[in-house]
Amino acid sequence: MAKNGGAAKASAKPQTLLGYYRDMLLIRRFEERAGQLYGMGLIGGFCHLYIGQEAVVVGMQAAMQPGDQVITGYRDHGHMLACGMEANGVMAELTGRAGGYSKGKGGSMHMFSREKNFFGGHGIVGAQVSLGTGIAFANRYRDNGAVCVAYFGDGAANQGQVYESFNMASLWKLPIVYVVENNQYAMGTSVQRSSSETHLHRRGASFNIPGEEVDGMDVLAVREAGARALKHARTGQGPMLLEMKTYRYRGHSMSDPAKYRTREEVDAVRQHSDPIERLKLRLMEDQVADEAALKEIDREVRAIVSASAEFAQSSPEPDASELMTDIYR
Amino acid sequence: MPKKSYRQAINEAIRQEMRRDPNVIVLGEDVAGGQGSSGGPGKVGSVFGVLAGLYDEFGADRVLDTPITESAIIGTAGGAAMTGLRPIAEIMFADFVGVCFDQIYNQAAKFRYMFGGRAKTPLVIRTTIGAGFRAGAQHSQTLHPLFTMVPGLKVVMPANAYDAKGLMIEAIRDDDPVVFLESKLLYDSDGEVPDEPYRVPFGEANVLREGKDVTVIGTGFMVARAAQVAAELAKSGIQCEVIDPRTTSPFDEDTLIESVQKTGRLVVVDESPPRCGLAADISSIVAEKAFKALKAPIRKVTCPHTPVPFAPNLEDEYMPNPRRIEAAIREVLAA
Repeated sequence: MAKNGGAAKASAKPQTLLGYYRDMLLIRRFEERAGQLYGMGLIGGFCHLYIGQEAVVVGMQAAMQPGDQVITGYRDHGHMLACGMEANGVMAELTGRAGGYSKGKGGSMHMFSREKNFFGGHGIVGAQVSLGTGIAFANRYRDNGAVCVAYFGDGAANQGQVYESFNMASLWKLPIVYVVENNQYAMGTSVQRSSSETHLHRRGASFNIPGEEVDGMDVLAVREAGARALKHARTGQGPMLLEMKTYRYRGHSMSDPAKYRTREEVDAVRQHSDPIERLKLRLMEDQVADEAALKEIDREVRAIVSASAEFAQSSPEPDASELMTDIYR
Repeated sequence: MPKKSYRQAINEAIRQEMRRDPNVIVLGEDVAGGQGSSGGPGKVGSVFGVLAGLYDEFGADRVLDTPITESAIIGTAGGAAMTGLRPIAEIMFADFVGVCFDQIYNQAAKFRYMFGGRAKTPLVIRTTIGAGFRAGAQHSQTLHPLFTMVPGLKVVMPANAYDAKGLMIEAIRDDDPVVFLESKLLYDSDGEVPDEPYRVPFGEANVLREGKDVTVIGTGFMVARAAQVAAELAKSGIQCEVIDPRTTSPFDEDTLIESVQKTGRLVVVDESPPRCGLAADISSIVAEKAFKALKAPIRKVTCPHTPVPFAPNLEDEYMPNPRRIEAAIREVLAA
């Protein structure tokens, strides 16, 4: 990972940069609040926070076109917010309420929005890669010009069906970008301890899928790489694989004390590579915004998050009859 | 009415639906077949020839040979279905679902519910079931209980050519994932099959033969065996009522319960191992809902709790056969 300030100076308009800052901050604040609600016992079960990885989804979303689709695994809150799904609906799903995107029947890992082209939140490691391949197949079949972005983690990168999908997608030249979010740990096992080839962008080589390593802590680097990959896929050249080098600050899930790494390791990333701080530094250096303007963005974002937390507690529980609906048409 | 084989009936259903709806596609191993070989494309039409000729009519965009990678077949089909395509994915033998079961029971089957009704998955998974082919332990199983126990899946077991066509059309038009289990031993069986498209609804049992003495229920290939035994016993005055539920999920409880209320006796014939299977499930339904009507204990005729053996004499004994079915019927009548 590059250090703060070391980012390539990709060009972007001031308002665009501020938009990325706001979108990353929204995810950060949302996740912090979700962590609090979990600690208060208002969210049950699993809750996988995205803190630290915000630049990946915000950068990719910036490179995407309307109609492109997203599918991901269980660490999905950031992806949904980046797709433009409502914070209220996401937070209320975390608390299992009727106002949640899945009416409280899915939980943290399982939400879906056709309107925002978000195809889920999937809980089985690697399964979304095959499904995303099918979405890309449908794009090609319909010749609609859309590309599917399928996210998975460094843990999923070792799953068999990922490679079955790579083979099929490359064989059929499907419009898909595979994004490995390499946050260094598959649950508690480091990439070094779980992967024979730790350079995950090379994993497409035997399927003729070009790969690229990307600084996943730099939203502009992500955007640039994303644009290249999306163009590759959209122009009929088949899939591309992006390895986002990133880091999650929290444990695998809320119940993970993260004893497999040192506090110093986490602190070093926070201090030197934090995606939000890095962009903030650039915004200030380039005099795009001053401290006051950035504080204003923080206020706006906190208001959205607070409202979502309130909604998530005031929205009613799903009606008992919901137990028996949505099983079949 | 024209006579067609079970195989032709399924082919005709898929062909007519593909003509009607451009969202219907077919994918699987060797379903086009021979592409790039000296034999030329369209020469295989899947291992049992069910899809013969589809490639010639619909081409490579809609009839796709896949690598031998079942997880990617079902995953890709499921993902495409989420966008509104209506893929028909073939798993050559039901035994192979072990490779891709995650995509069936954790993914496709769950989407509608876990996404709160926002997603639908109009996917048909065709696969073949049944022993009797001397194919050994990994190409002969009848795994309908595995699918039937999964909420979100519909499970279809056509027992004759007419039903095969109507149930396939129903499956393709259904908005939920449907597992369509084709009995290998029925592919060459003939029946009257109308030329025009028609639907056979799910969850409506077929009463093949009415009778007052004993209810005999079975699925797939076992329906023919049960009917054969019933015809024999009729000669000696034993009147069996033979029921084919057609689909195990949804399951037509009403027709079964009504029949048992009348006959007071039940024999369940099921080609699968005895534990946690369909025969046990059907028996429990009747025990709960029609216990007072029973004049004798329910008898199950199933496979033993063993893998499918290879040697012909062992395999013939493994499957519920006419001798065992008749013995069970005589036993409940004697009780």
